[in-house]
Amino acid sequence: MKELNPIFITVLQVVIVLAIAPVFIGWLNMLKCWSQGRSSAGLLQPYRDIAKLFVKDIVLAKNASWIFRFTPYLVFSVPVVASVIIPIISTNLLLSPTADIIVLIALFATARFFTALAGMDIGTAFGGMGASREMMIASLTEPAILMAIFTVSLAGKSTSLAHIAQVFASSVPIMRPSLVFAAIAFAVVILVEGGRIPVDNPSTHLELTMVHEAMILEYSGRHLALIEWGSMMRVFLFVTLGVACFVPWGIAKTGNITEIALSFFFMIIKVGIIGAGIVFVETGIAKMRLFRLTEFLGGAFLMATLGMLSFFILE
Amino acid sequence: MILSPINLAIFSIVLLFVPVLLCALIRQNPLVLRVMAFSLAAFASFLSFIAGLWTLSSGVTNQLILPIGLPALPFHLRLDPLAGFFLMVVGLLAFFVSIYSIGYVQGLGTKRPISRLIVFYNLFIVGMLCVILADDALSFLIAWEFMAGASYFLVLFEDEHVENRRAAFLYLVIAHIGAMAILLAFGVMAGVATGFGNFDGYTFDSMRQATFSPQWATVAFVLAFFGFAAKAGVIPLHVWLPEAHPVAPSNVSALMSGVMLKTAIYGIVRVTFDLLGSFPWWWGALVLVLGLISAVMGVLYALMQHDLKKLLAYHSVENIGIILIGIGLAMIFTSFKFTTMAALALIAGLYHTLNHAMFKGLLFMGAGAVVHATHERNMDEMGGLIHHMPWTAVFFLVGCISISALPPFNGFVSEWLTFQAFLLSPSLPAPLMKLIIPLGAALLALTGALAAACFVKVFGVTFLGHWRGHNRPHIYETCWPMRIGMMLAAMSCLLLGIVPTFLVNLLDGIAETMVGSKLNVAASGTYNWMWLTPMQPERASYSGFIVLIGIIITISIAYLLFHLKSGKIQRGDIWDCGFEKLNHNMQYNAISFSMPIRRIFGFYFNIRERVRLMPQLTSPAFPLKLYYNLRVRDRFWGWIYKPIIEAAFGISRQMGKLQQGQIHLYLIYSFVTIIVLLAVVL
Amino acid sequence: MSLKILEQVNSFLAALVLLTAFAMLAQRRINALIHVFMWQGLFLSISTAIVGFIANKHHLYLSSVLTLSLKVIVLPYILHVLIVRLKIRKEVETIVNIPMTMLLGIGLVIFSYHLTRPIMELSTFITRSTLSVALATVMIGLLMMITRKKAITQVIGFLAMENGLFLAATSATYGMPFVVELGVALDVLIAAFIFGIFLFHINTTFDSLDVNQMARLKEDI
Repeated sequence: MKELNPIFITVLQVVIVLAIAPVFIGWLNMLKCWSQGRSSAGLLQPYRDIAKLFVKDIVLAKNASWIFRFTPYLVFSVPVVASVIIPIISTNLLLSPTADIIVLIALFATARFFTALAGMDIGTAFGGMGASREMMIASLTEPAILMAIFTVSLAGKSTSLAHIAQVFASSVPIMRPSLVFAAIAFAVVILVEGGRIPVDNPSTHLELTMVHEAMILEYSGRHLALIEWGSMMRVFLFVTLGVACFVPWGIAKTGNITEIALSFFFMIIKVGIIGAGIVFVETGIAKMRLFRLTEFLGGAFLMATLGMLSFFILE
Repeated sequence: MILSPINLAIFSIVLLFVPVLLCALIRQNPLVLRVMAFSLAAFASFLSFIAGLWTLSSGVTNQLILPIGLPALPFHLRLDPLAGFFLMVVGLLAFFVSIYSIGYVQGLGTKRPISRLIVFYNLFIVGMLCVILADDALSFLIAWEFMAGASYFLVLFEDEHVENRRAAFLYLVIAHIGAMAILLAFGVMAGVATGFGNFDGYTFDSMRQATFSPQWATVAFVLAFFGFAAKAGVIPLHVWLPEAHPVAPSNVSALMSGVMLKTAIYGIVRVTFDLLGSFPWWWGALVLVLGLISAVMGVLYALMQHDLKKLLAYHSVENIGIILIGIGLAMIFTSFKFTTMAALALIAGLYHTLNHAMFKGLLFMGAGAVVHATHERNMDEMGGLIHHMPWTAVFFLVGCISISALPPFNGFVSEWLTFQAFLLSPSLPAPLMKLIIPLGAALLALTGALAAACFVKVFGVTFLGHWRGHNRPHIYETCWPMRIGMMLAAMSCLLLGIVPTFLVNLLDGIAETMVGSKLNVAASGTYNWMWLTPMQPERASYSGFIVLIGIIITISIAYLLFHLKSGKIQRGDIWDCGFEKLNHNMQYNAISFSMPIRRIFGFYFNIRERVRLMPQLTSPAFPLKLYYNLRVRDRFWGWIYKPIIEAAFGISRQMGKLQQGQIHLYLIYSFVTIIVLLAVVL
Repeated sequence: MSLKILEQVNSFLAALVLLTAFAMLAQRRINALIHVFMWQGLFLSISTAIVGFIANKHHLYLSSVLTLSLKVIVLPYILHVLIVRLKIRKEVETIVNIPMTMLLGIGLVIFSYHLTRPIMELSTFITRSTLSVALATVMIGLLMMITRKKAITQVIGFLAMENGLFLAATSATYGMPFVVELGVALDVLIAAFIFGIFLFHINTTFDSLDVNQMARLKEDI
């Protein structure tokens, strides 16, 4: 059997993330349309949106500084860097020791930091509002993320993603209460970081409910395309992060071609199912009031903490 | 005289006295005085940095006895790796700040003579260096008081305002209460070491060799920790910090916040790990808990501020908390004999010490530049400075990213190491700790995220958007010395972030002498300097360098692909929802930015919010004007300080009754005193 | 192997019982609260049956069925009837806010782990690890009684406490003798009836189920 070079696998992962993230969002939109009895625009609609935005010219706010122009590139580049590190189709990656899961989360936080600054750069009320809300939500999510990571690293004896995925993938699949709790907490984190309902609504431009959209309201043309693409990759990567931490079974551990093909196939199925779960939540719950989020995110923190406690108590 | 680290350090201290003399010699020409004095200070600080680095990399310990001080107790000096590291921290930041001061002091010099600033500035640095070099209780305390006194006069530099005098007084009072506690702690330790018959017990060497009974060790530790915590601004002893730091000139605030607080950290590490040696776990738990409280409360208070320098001062409380978290964990691990883990936690704490010195110094320098340009400390009156001060904006942004613990800058490295230390806590044998310590990690994560929120606010409100105040003064970019000072600090923030292994390897030497174990982060491999692997490589690793390179490469590819192909960009007005009456007062400001967090964590503060509407008679739905008043106060002031102050006043009033104004009465007092004394003594 | 898996399932169910205890703390609506209570009963009865299988104690099957019928069907029905009859407002009213009670709950879990650890080290039963969960459930039930205003939520808190005790009994000693269990079950049923009657009386006396109103019972001095 032919062995693939780790460098090649790494490049392949980047390509997969760049290509599949829009399809994943298309899949979410499609399921959502179906569940609400509408006809959908198809899996490839996000591609068309991005392509259209790339063609359009940019109209920049008069007050915009270099921060505003730099942010789209950073927002686009962080997921690309992350896709080199997260084990998506194989744990045999060249650069996976570059960052562990804590670094990854912090990398995404850097992108968010700049998005919030870009929101404040143009000097509109919307931008500031979005930035303020986004940072508030982020700071309430962070403890939950860290607790979930803590629980996972207790079970996997590591915070390195490739290592965690390898350990779990070679163990017998049993339901460990600690990991189930941590997974539930992480599911909430995916909803938050992806800006999905009930935390934020990606398809609204209503003043009172926008969070992420409020910050990027002034973007146009290829800047907007990069940001949209970047946030699609961000959602996708958070889902694969969840897969690598909680359901890595089936991931390739070597560079074997058939194994990688199988692993790709499993990944598509897992991600598809998680996408269906996200849509299920999104159609089932209404968007929450901003200050109700405290309890929602507090619940996620509670889940993750219970996971950590039950690791010591029950396992 | 042989060239050795300690001689170099002493030489730099001597050199720092030269600017003081210069003030007396060339008073007529302020320009020459300013440039020469601060250049010399910069050079001397750089020498002490070299001395520290030299000690740290060679790992040797120098000792020296100077024939000054008491006859029976001359000054003992000692430069070991721990002292070397702190010498390095002080020297490096003082070097940057001195370069910055060449330009900065120019703006202060019009109203009052700058010679006072120069004298006390240099004495202040001398004090800090001596504290670190001291190897006996006497010289330590003398240097400590020297440092406190010099900084008191620096805080008081602009003494025409009442609040400055009040802040300086508060600082002096708390500094002396702390110093008294340290004095008592040394007294206890010396007494246990050799008894009070001679002065030998006051050298740190004899304290090191002494064995302490648990009770006396605890008394000494609690006293010393209280004293150092008062200096470091650990909650609840932090009240002086947000008062004193904002009113001092910004170069002084940079030094006070960046390195003076670190001398207290040095004291804690020195007394616990070196002098006392072994300790029960609950000391570490105490330090950890106070560190966590300071970190979370510090950042929450900072979020509520809209005075730029006050906000930064509260962030010092937060960062001291983060450093103490590392040290507290190291103490817990040491008491359970997990030396490698203790080494990791201690290195995390010390690494954050240097990081905090760099980015907080940078931020205070940047704040100084901003205040200098706008004549304003209230952020709500600023905005859009990035267009007028592009250099300062970039440096300030670097500081903001670093302090928010975001990769690839330095703040993240130390926070990451602290997280790794937290993640190792489940191997502790005590079951209750296994369950409770991880919650501390969650609090640290909360702190980091809140700090990021706070610095989005700081940078967004100060540098981005439009000018928020009434009439904008003419704002100009800072002069070159200030820029260079900030640039160097920003560069070291980046370097410490992307190549942390060099410093961690140096810090290993300290860990070996203090907790008796090394980390060996880069044991094998050719490119090992790129990867920071605190424990086993499969457990966790981080390479800030590759992260940075990766981001740069992807950004450039994206830029080349998408930007250069079609460069057409047109500028337009912002979208106003068809309202057409947008003005700059509709932007978010510091108060509105922190409103959601103020609402969620409101129970921590003493908040008074007043809204008054001026209704229009014809259509009350559209009021004419709205007045909004917000006051957020520290709860600790009311809880702890007010009762103490009131009690002190009460007692004083009672004592005041002794004073009747009649000379006979006073003579009777003296007479009675003499009689009583004679009766007691004889 | 199968025993190992069953043990795993059992500890998982214990975790779910703990989770439902926290879910009860988090609920804002009384109807949802009763639903969560039903779930807790369900998990409890399955866990009892599994312990019965592991320990080969047949009377545990009976208690499992008893739990199922009583706590999943009868008691929730009674509570529903009470709510409808008394026209109780649908929201849970709290004294301490919900995130705070959650944090207190976490503290209680840690505390009960600390308390039961010595017992767990002595015990040889494979279900011993659920003991601290059981104790935590009891304490959280008590916490709910303390921090909620309405009498009906206090009743549910009491019943949750009983669930915790039941779990403790099965995990620490593989269940009490059947006679005792039957007696306890009857007690709980009767207690529910008595509570119902009490609630009626409180309601008619004060026109409210807010237990703070009881403060009015004391004589004015």
